Amino acid sequence: MDQEITLRVDGKEHTLTVDTRTTLLDALRERLGITSAKKGCDHGQCGACTVLLDGRRANSCLVLAVANAGAEVVTAAGLADGDELHPMQRSFISHDAFQCGYCTPGQIVSAVAMLREAEAGWPSVVSEDLDADEVVLDHGEIAERMSGNLCRCAAYANIVPAIAEVARS
Amino acid sequence: MKPFTYQRAGDMSSAVATVAERPEASFLAGGTNLVDLMKMEVLTPELLVDVRHLVSHQIQDLPGGGLRIGAGVSNSELAADRRVRRGYPMLSQAILAGASYQLRNLATVGGNFLQRTRCMYFRDVTMPCNKREPGTGCSARDGQQRDLAILGASKLCVATHPSDMAVAMAALDAVVHTVGPAGERTVPVNRLYRSPSDGPERDTVLDRGELITAVEIPAAPIAARSRYRKVRDRASYAFALVSVAAAIEVGDGAVSGVRIALGGVAHRPWRATTAERELFGMPATEESFRAAAEAELAAAWPLPGNAFKVPLARNTVVGMLRALTEEAR
Ligand SMILES: Cc1cc2nc3c(=O)[nH]c(=O)nc-3n(C[C@H](O)[C@H](O)[C@H](O)COP(=O)(O)OP(=O)(O)OC[C@H]3O[C@@H](n4cnc5c(N)ncnc54)[C@H](O)[C@@H]3O)c2cc1C
Ligand code: FES
Ligand code: FES
Repeated sequence: MDQEITLRVDGKEHTLTVDTRTTLLDALRERLGITSAKKGCDHGQCGACTVLLDGRRANSCLVLAVANAGAEVVTAAGLADGDELHPMQRSFISHDAFQCGYCTPGQIVSAVAMLREAEAGWPSVVSEDLDADEVVLDHGEIAERMSGNLCRCAAYANIVPAIAEVARS
Repeated sequence: MKPFTYQRAGDMSSAVATVAERPEASFLAGGTNLVDLMKMEVLTPELLVDVRHLVSHQIQDLPGGGLRIGAGVSNSELAADRRVRRGYPMLSQAILAGASYQLRNLATVGGNFLQRTRCMYFRDVTMPCNKREPGTGCSARDGQQRDLAILGASKLCVATHPSDMAVAMAALDAVVHTVGPAGERTVPVNRLYRSPSDGPERDTVLDRGELITAVEIPAAPIAARSRYRKVRDRASYAFALVSVAAAIEVGDGAVSGVRIALGGVAHRPWRATTAERELFGMPATEESFRAAAEAELAAAWPLPGNAFKVPLARNTVVGMLRALTEEAR
């Protein structure tokens, strides 16, 4: 059952006709050829498909494209400003925060959104003072807030410092 | 996935009427549970009525204290709300202990209450399961038992309810507001879920087409110093083996108020009313906490593979009550 939708992806508008069963992830990858978001588990369990959906990080494998007609989507590829990489992308490179790189676009989008959430004062389950105005992103906080992004290569030892450096600046 | 038609609901009454009249129709909110189950063809609705934009996204103060939370509020927004963090920390913590930030951004309050069990046999269409296909039998009882219920289960079904949020809501005496084919009504969270012995295929007392519009949590000064603790196989991003939402008040060394609810142990968030009754007026000591937890768990009916949950639940309750009372000193 086909439906026409419009999506704004990485600043560019696309109109396409999709089967109602198409997830946002499949619309991006299979229909629009935007392969930055990756398919790991396809069940919300790994975070490889993380995109910003209307400004918030979300698993694009669990949302239907038709339910998000008109949405603004940002993938890791859209974080760069032309040839100028986003600070989080640069930090992942300088910290060697990946091995195979499959989880990396999801990690980077997630980390960028995580810093915004922390700035807005959102707590985590490991926050000692749930009501604190300011979130201190120590190792434990970063690990917890990034726990929705798995890395099969276990590059965590470099992912956390890569994020911590951007958080400090 | 089976083909389906998608509709964005225009108004409440037509959304309710559509789903009430068509057994193959289902409401859609964040989709984090429904779409997952549709991919595995555990659920095969032919019509999705999207209510995410229809139900309220507001959290309002109630006149006499307490909060009214729209069913469309995301799990993230509810956990981050200052009034919840200050007045009902167990609720913030319970939500933050579940799923991931990405999922909680999508997940709604209404959908969280109505998410289906994570029992692996329910999620595997090749296995018999009374919840998925009534009358086919329960594969879990003789299967992997680690995640199964120890309280309130039946021969028909031993699955647990997976929600963390609902455990805190049960401890807080929250009340779900709905609109259905028969009009509006309210259902306390502690009466929302049906016993599996009454037929495990229906999780809740809600009628077909009955839409959750909001949930109200009453004023509860006791909840201002409350907590949620979740015990699981990984440090994060895993469902509970056992979880506890608790609050306690002590006056002159005796327990003057207490709330306890358990997660991961039953088909519903398990309000520990026996333990609460046992504790009231007793000295706030570890001995009382232990006796109360044991009284609650006396009704437990564990299987060999999940018997560990009985001492785990007891110790988690005792540990939390002790921590809460020590903190208050
Ligand atoms: C990998 C993973 C890990 C998770 N871990 C946890 C965890 O640790 N703890 C936890 O608690 N949860 C966990 N979850 C589950 C998550 O919390 C739920 O999927 C989510 O809360 C469901 O909300 P939703 O809005 O996405 O619901 P949907 O998937 O849209 O809907 C779920 C059900 O509710 C019905 N529904 C939705 N809204 C309404 C309404 N207003 N009125 C009537 N019916 C309605 C739908 O018809 C459907 O049957 C996890 C999920 C995933 C995928
Ligand atoms: S592909 Fe979406 S979470 Fe794994
Ligand atoms: S770098 Fe290989 S999965 Fe993370």
